[in-house]
Amino acid sequence: MKKTKFYNIHEKLGAKIVDFANFKMPIQYSGIISEHKAVRNSVGVFDVSHMGEIFVRGEKALDFIQHIAVNDASKLGEGRVQYSAMCYEDGGIIDDLLIYKFSDTEYMLVINASNIKKDFKWMNENNKFDVNIVDESDEYSLLAVQGPNSQKTMLKILEEDIELEYYHFIKTKAAGIDVIISRTGYTGELGYEIYFKGDQSAAEKLWNEIFKAGEEFDIAPVGLAARDTLRLEMGFCLYGNDIDSTTNVLEAGLGWITKLKKESFIGKNALLKIKEEGITRKLVAMLSKEKSFPRKDYEISQNGKPIGKITSGTVSPILEKPIALGYVQKEHSAIGNVVNFNIRGKEIPAEIIKLPFVNK
Amino acid sequence: MNIPEKLRYSDDHEWIKVEDNSALIGITDYAQGELGDVVFVDIDPDLESITKGDSFGTIEAVKTVSDLFAPYSGKVLEINEKLADEPQLINTDPYGEGWIIKVEITDLAEIENLLDAAKYKEHIGQ
Repeated sequence: MKKTKFYNIHEKLGAKIVDFANFKMPIQYSGIISEHKAVRNSVGVFDVSHMGEIFVRGEKALDFIQHIAVNDASKLGEGRVQYSAMCYEDGGIIDDLLIYKFSDTEYMLVINASNIKKDFKWMNENNKFDVNIVDESDEYSLLAVQGPNSQKTMLKILEEDIELEYYHFIKTKAAGIDVIISRTGYTGELGYEIYFKGDQSAAEKLWNEIFKAGEEFDIAPVGLAARDTLRLEMGFCLYGNDIDSTTNVLEAGLGWITKLKKESFIGKNALLKIKEEGITRKLVAMLSKEKSFPRKDYEISQNGKPIGKITSGTVSPILEKPIALGYVQKEHSAIGNVVNFNIRGKEIPAEIIKLPFVNK
Repeated sequence: MNIPEKLRYSDDHEWIKVEDNSALIGITDYAQGELGDVVFVDIDPDLESITKGDSFGTIEAVKTVSDLFAPYSGKVLEINEKLADEPQLINTDPYGEGWIIKVEITDLAEIENLLDAAKYKEHIGQ
């Protein structure tokens, strides 16, 4: 089991540590709800160093990315980030990822920790463009600083006085350490993700400087559990829950990143066919007024018949109501349709709504 | 870890506080810590009695759901109504305001067979 460079800090803070994707990760510090609210109301810091960073370098770096990812990376300028996904030939999802463009010949792909090995292997198997693919996941640490006060916090420790736009990044220094900082995140809030190389002392220095800068905003460490409730309130997909190799990007509501007009990419033919024939099920967002809430794999029914399954469920700390994502048969997927969560033998009504659950 | 000396404990991390012919039942500080933020305590309001070892309800935390198991058998005298609006009392005051159910004692031996504080401490490996 690997440890991130912040492990000692997490232990000192009394975090509850769990094994996740081959890492010892903090799942919770003070409590999910208080951590969640710290991010929505002020600012919180996540250690997400377990995420993977793959560098693609070479003359045909763009061609390679266009081939393996569904979004159109030719539209991506230097210093910009793009959300994308990789699919199998049948349209099933290998992973969702962020693509950072440094130059025409250098990109960084940020992938899910649990998929690093699989993705790296897939990329190499499909490297017909002679690009250099390097897994630098072990060298890079990653902190996410998220919340309405994240900008005020970060501006105090960044070398340059920058105003990053959404999904833009720069290389600069923070607390004297070389970083790649992007205005991205998984919470729906104003926020940043900060990538850097360096040993434990550099990591701890950066962490401590961020917390000093955020002290006046009651900055809080946030664990993976609140990261999950925060992303679910926005309806962001989580690989392994809402998307995986058995789901395709179209039924997952990721048609907006899937550029079927792009010349060619792995999975395109299958996705074109699925589009033409129409999807049979759809990932929907459901909100209930009851107290009991569904979890992954709970059944969804209507008029006593099963129509689908929950892929993510929790109680929204902000709405204080059950929220869930799940796949239901297409004919039951309309906004406003009332379905049932089957929770331990009870039917709990829930309405299909338009995302996000919490408006930002 | 708070494990009050005067209480009895079950293997399933409940505490039992004897008051004359009945006892209050709740979950331990250790259990609430493991569960995390409690958001819903689901017990049938018409529940009349509980049977040792059987589930009499569920406790929902954000991350997980857990059954409540009866530490002994008896007639239900009261269910803590405060938990309907303030389930977090289980986190903030597990041995006090966060009590869950009050149950009549019919067989004192059942209570005496439960763990004392030292044994419970051992049970959770502290």
